[in-house]
Amino acid sequence: MFYPQFQLLKSPMDILNQVKQSILVPYGMQENDIDQIMDSMLTATVDNADIYFQSSHFESWVLEGGIVKEGSHSIEQGAGVRVVSGEKTGFAYSDQIELAVLLKAASNVKAIARQGQNAQRKVEDVKKRTDYYQVTNPLKSLADQEKINLLRKVDIETRKLDTRIEEVIVSLVGVYEQVLVANQDGSLVADIRPLTRMSVSVILEEKGKREQGSMGGGARTDYGYFLDQDKAVEYGKEAVRQAAVNLEAIDAPAGAMTVVLGPGWPGILLHEAIGHGLEGDFNRKGTSAFSGKVGERVGSELCTVVDDGTLEGRRGSLSIDDEGVPTESTMLIEKGILKGYMQDKMNARLMGVKSTGNGRRESYAHIPMPRMTNTYMLPGQHDPEEIVKSVKKGLYAKNFGGGQVDITSGKFVFSASEAYLIEDGKITKPVKGATLIGNGPDVLTKVSMVGNDLELDAGVGTCGKEGQSVPVGVGQPTIKIDGLTVGGTSV
Amino acid sequence: MSKEVNELKNLVQDLLDESSKQGASSAEAGLSIDNGLSVNARLGEVETIEHHCDQSLGVTVYIGQKKGSASTNDFSAKSIKETVKAACSIASFSSEDKYAGLPDKDMLATEFPELDRFHPWDIDAESAIDLAIECEDAARSYHDDITNSEGASVSSHQGIRVMGNSLGFLQGYQATRHSMSCSVIGERDDSMQRDYWYSVSRQAGKLEPAKEIGLKAAERTINRLAARSLTTRQCPVLYSAEVASGLIGSLVSAISGGSLYRKSSFLLDALDTQILPEFIHIHEQPHLKMALGSAAYDSEGVATAARDIVTDGILKGYVLSSYSARKLGTKTTGNAGGVHNLTVDTGENDFAAMLKQLDTGLLVTELMGSGVNQVTGDYSRGASGFWVENGQIQYPVEEITIAGNLKDMYKNMVSVGNDVDYRGNIRTGSILIEQMSIAGE
Repeated sequence: MFYPQFQLLKSPMDILNQVKQSILVPYGMQENDIDQIMDSMLTATVDNADIYFQSSHFESWVLEGGIVKEGSHSIEQGAGVRVVSGEKTGFAYSDQIELAVLLKAASNVKAIARQGQNAQRKVEDVKKRTDYYQVTNPLKSLADQEKINLLRKVDIETRKLDTRIEEVIVSLVGVYEQVLVANQDGSLVADIRPLTRMSVSVILEEKGKREQGSMGGGARTDYGYFLDQDKAVEYGKEAVRQAAVNLEAIDAPAGAMTVVLGPGWPGILLHEAIGHGLEGDFNRKGTSAFSGKVGERVGSELCTVVDDGTLEGRRGSLSIDDEGVPTESTMLIEKGILKGYMQDKMNARLMGVKSTGNGRRESYAHIPMPRMTNTYMLPGQHDPEEIVKSVKKGLYAKNFGGGQVDITSGKFVFSASEAYLIEDGKITKPVKGATLIGNGPDVLTKVSMVGNDLELDAGVGTCGKEGQSVPVGVGQPTIKIDGLTVGGTSV
Repeated sequence: MSKEVNELKNLVQDLLDESSKQGASSAEAGLSIDNGLSVNARLGEVETIEHHCDQSLGVTVYIGQKKGSASTNDFSAKSIKETVKAACSIASFSSEDKYAGLPDKDMLATEFPELDRFHPWDIDAESAIDLAIECEDAARSYHDDITNSEGASVSSHQGIRVMGNSLGFLQGYQATRHSMSCSVIGERDDSMQRDYWYSVSRQAGKLEPAKEIGLKAAERTINRLAARSLTTRQCPVLYSAEVASGLIGSLVSAISGGSLYRKSSFLLDALDTQILPEFIHIHEQPHLKMALGSAAYDSEGVATAARDIVTDGILKGYVLSSYSARKLGTKTTGNAGGVHNLTVDTGENDFAAMLKQLDTGLLVTELMGSGVNQVTGDYSRGASGFWVENGQIQYPVEEITIAGNLKDMYKNMVSVGNDVDYRGNIRTGSILIEQMSIAGE
């Protein structure tokens, strides 16, 4: 059977027509119905109003214990209507895309705005849009039998790698999402967003001791991504390698020490330590440890950090954000100096700047807010080996689990899942997972070396904020931090 | 039972009938509808008003021993057909799994005690905003060092859940959940701290008064100002009740069927062995009236019952669904979807007595990050709280980690306070642990 790897990239107009066809037409809605809803909201002093239509098809397949145990499929659609007036937001949504229902929702939300002069349909500056992923439906990119064959192949290949393997779990997830954003200025923009993810986790057992390892990847593309260069099989290899390393791990050290972070996923440091603290809402409200610090030094000269939604096919990338604004590469920290914040429309307006295309929402049932896309540090001059060699005694952390930050105090954590001691300039014994803790506004001032080996993560990151989850990416080169607290047990 | 519940039961029955029509040998279906209002006020003014209305339905079909699931938020007849079709299609591609299937019929609930879960709150957006403002005002006027706010929120939700299966089980109920919360920011010497407090109940009248929630949030924030780190050391650690539930949560996941049959638990083969000190007793109380975790049946319709999980520190039962029970060669415990009001018996100590027992060590009031390895029990998390000497709080601490191994931490529990936090599904007082590793400056 033939399944096209990619459809041709379509123009924004083609995308708009296709999305209208799948979100509006089946429910008997037309463009002038959208105008009618919008008009009904603009009878008050409104700064911004939008209607967000979304349709999302999701599937997942899970292999466990050598068999494809289950799969699930879901279809959701709905629309959210929002009115913003000053610092106030009124919001309602419905899973019924019907004029009468949405008019009622609109009448509920406009109560937020003071009654008064009718709002103008002001025309906003529109940045030029570029598309960063293909218009493709991952769910249809492989036949169901081929998806199963892929899971089985990964299971079989992984189990061959090590006799200590007790369990292999392989999962494959695909999302095909279509969104349509109607703005107060009369603009109507659409996006089609494919997203795939695959992961492998293993449990190894040796002499009664067990350990886990896991690896995955994904992108805004179709399942062909995992067949390319046998990526899926590589995830299995990497999961087994990590579990095997952890079987040998000794207790992690405790206390402040020099820490070298490997390239790629350890960039979760940037996401937690500075990324969240630089989101516009916290800074507009003055609740972030970074509030009012634009122009100040928050990192060493070696640190330049961007948030970039424009990377081709990346998990955190978006052609337009959920307010219809084209994404961009936003300079957050340039040579250690704080340059600016990530903004959605509302917070940009209140702070007197422009939206940076970071207005995101989990779904039509959630209010948009400033969120990260792909956050990473630019490469420096040093050979990674040279960086490790410069450390007499410290920790080398290569892989991480999750992280968290307290925006207000600036304290952040991220948990290493694969780490080693550095002794006399050499990476030596593996140590057990440990949480690293630091202070966001000063951790980058302690960065004394930056490698030339920038890597982005493999594409599995999900960020949670105020109960909303969105896919994101991180990345960095190898970096050396002079003094970070490592939460081991070996005191 | 309301007319609405009966109508939705018909919809679930339609899903089951359609499944059978499309070739499923057995099926399970459920649906939920939730409506709600939430408002947030910040700096004395309304910030957001959100009107929620969510609905979803899902079906799991078995074709022989092969399983498939599908869900949607479109309740139309056409969508029901398509959803069942999607589930059947998945089942046709998945593998035979001899453990798969509906629960055994004799395990299904046949008695449905009134659990007093439904108490609608007739509140409009305006009154909710007034309450939120009252709550935040109390916090902001508590102390001059409260300089900013993330606001106060009031929310009210009510929902319907219906589930059924092709063994003839078909049940539904209505439930409500209301909450109020406040989060404020304090500043001293150019450094900010934030803390919060919340109250949650099935009945609005049982929420803590708005003023008290605001005052608690403010007091907690003020107490954290001028926090410092600690030097690296080992010392006793007292988990306050609100974070102690997380310790018990890790225990629950370690004795849950999924972790056990995958061998991804640090408590494998621990049944009938001593995992906690002798004075610890933990039991499940699924039928408590008005409690947040109460349920007459679990997510597959199996009857729930009060039972002991830990007696005299000995593990007496696992937390199983029908599937995980079959994998382990035993019977379900009625815990598909989780535990129901897990309760740790308390000792005589109130919080002050717990501090006294801690004597000199760390009181932890907030934890950060996810550093728990469920396979090995290795534990390392970011923490903040207070340094305590001679039973007296000395100063707030932050930017430290606490680490150990859960197996040892459980065995080294010294006592459980009677300062129980009833806001969650796991009910415990503060917990004192004899010794842990603290990493700091």
